[in-house]
Amino acid sequence: MALEELYRDVILDHYRNPRHRRPLDAPDRRAEGVNPLCGDEVTVELKLDGDTVSDVAVHGQGCSISQSSASMMSEAIKGKTRAEIAALAERFHAMMTAEDESAAGLDPARPGAVLGDLEALQGVRRYPVRIKCAALAWTTLEEALGPAS
Amino acid sequence: MPLLDTSAIRADFPVFEDRSLHFLDSAASSQKPRQVIETMAEFAAHGYANVNRGAYRLSVSATERFEAARDRVAAFLGAHSRDEIVFVRGATTGINLLAHGWGSLRLRPDDRIVLTEMEHHANLVPWQMLARRTGARLEFIPLGDDYRLDLSHLDRLIDPDTKIVAVTGMSNVLGTVPQLDTILAAARSVGAFSIVDGAQLVPHQPVDVSRLGADALVFSAHKMCGPTGIGVLWARPERLEELDPIEYGGDMISTVTLRTATWAPIPHRFEAGTPPIIEAIGLEAAIDYVEKIGREAIADHDAELTRYALDALAGVPELRIHGPADTESRGGVISFTMADIHPHDLATILDQHGVAVRAGHHCAKPLMEIMSVPATARASFYLYNTKEDIDALVEALRDAGELFGVI
Repeated sequence: MALEELYRDVILDHYRNPRHRRPLDAPDRRAEGVNPLCGDEVTVELKLDGDTVSDVAVHGQGCSISQSSASMMSEAIKGKTRAEIAALAERFHAMMTAEDESAAGLDPARPGAVLGDLEALQGVRRYPVRIKCAALAWTTLEEALGPAS
Repeated sequence: MPLLDTSAIRADFPVFEDRSLHFLDSAASSQKPRQVIETMAEFAAHGYANVNRGAYRLSVSATERFEAARDRVAAFLGAHSRDEIVFVRGATTGINLLAHGWGSLRLRPDDRIVLTEMEHHANLVPWQMLARRTGARLEFIPLGDDYRLDLSHLDRLIDPDTKIVAVTGMSNVLGTVPQLDTILAAARSVGAFSIVDGAQLVPHQPVDVSRLGADALVFSAHKMCGPTGIGVLWARPERLEELDPIEYGGDMISTVTLRTATWAPIPHRFEAGTPPIIEAIGLEAAIDYVEKIGREAIADHDAELTRYALDALAGVPELRIHGPADTESRGGVISFTMADIHPHDLATILDQHGVAVRAGHHCAKPLMEIMSVPATARASFYLYNTKEDIDALVEALRDAGELFGVI
């Protein structure tokens, strides 16, 4: 696979201009995720309004895959309910572990793809050692959200 | 300086049948020549039995082979006797053995353990834990702006309270070869137990323990064309006699009753259980291989490739080298970063060009913090590497720079 399939412009854009990377006043939830093997770090802060993530901030350092994934995730989850976020996470996981596009139900050309910019990360699944980079933001989000009260 | 005959050497390494592979990660672990692979396979097939159980011929001959491997290591290091050679799992295990077996009972609160700022975690964390157990304090010889150790305050760092001085023989991140003579002399002057982490040094440069001036040296076979699972702790015999075993069981005892036991003589008291027998035969074959080529010649080869690489990398825009800029007192390990491209992204892109490098903190996180980088990419050279490997690295780096729009 061509490297351009992995490092799509949208990924480099999120890496260079990460969204929601600013302090969040009195977050309701916070979690830090670290990938000890490669040193990627992602911190997720959440404001909750009932079951809805009303605001989000992400911080961290690491490779373009881990940091762009966190940035894209922040856009995808803002304003969503727990149930909606769980569905997104499941879809993201399916995309990372799919054998091919059809198995993931993905069609890169399809407009209005469910994951939005995140679908640009589908090339990562062909680089097994990098999947954990892409997944770090999501496992950290899961920890921040914790079990539903 | 002449390069080695790499076409003949590469023919010894089956992995290079893949001609697209540019393997630049020998500082993590080296590739294995046919001579090592075949010697181990032949011994496992026709010469193998457990050692030190000499009731039958096969065990007697296996024991003789195993102890002959110990003799080979002793000669390789310039040790006086096979009794100074302890087979361990690797350099890490050797250092842990020293920290537990010597340090735990001897260190007192406020004693000093002196290390450097460029140690691998293997020569840092065992001492942190020893300090925690005993109340001893850690002190660090600092790294200067030139990526070499700053020895200007050495006499204050290594003071009469210093009981242990443990220093790398070659940084696995920077390539820096420290001024061992000066540091070890300071350790001797206060009677400290001095230890050299030879994981990077021993595979690449001649080391003679009779002239090194250290009390102990550790290294791993797998970075020197040998197998995983075996390494060596060499120590002066009087130091080994001071060392308590930290693993107990078969093979390491002299007599055992239901309630007591006494230890076998050195070095066997440190080798509880069935040792890595096939691996020891492999280590011996690796030493034969390295010695046939010659450690001076390998060091020259590393230096020539390092010089070539430093020149070539200087021509890559946005590339920054983290390590000494010249080849003086440095080995064939080059860490680098490129603009804002994370080293993991660099490594992935390089991999697509067949160029295998390490990316990350290289088990030296504190050093990364001192250098104010989260991680680096690292290329490291060994006897099978060529200038073509470095050309491929440079071309791949240019591609990475273009893909990320930084050049």
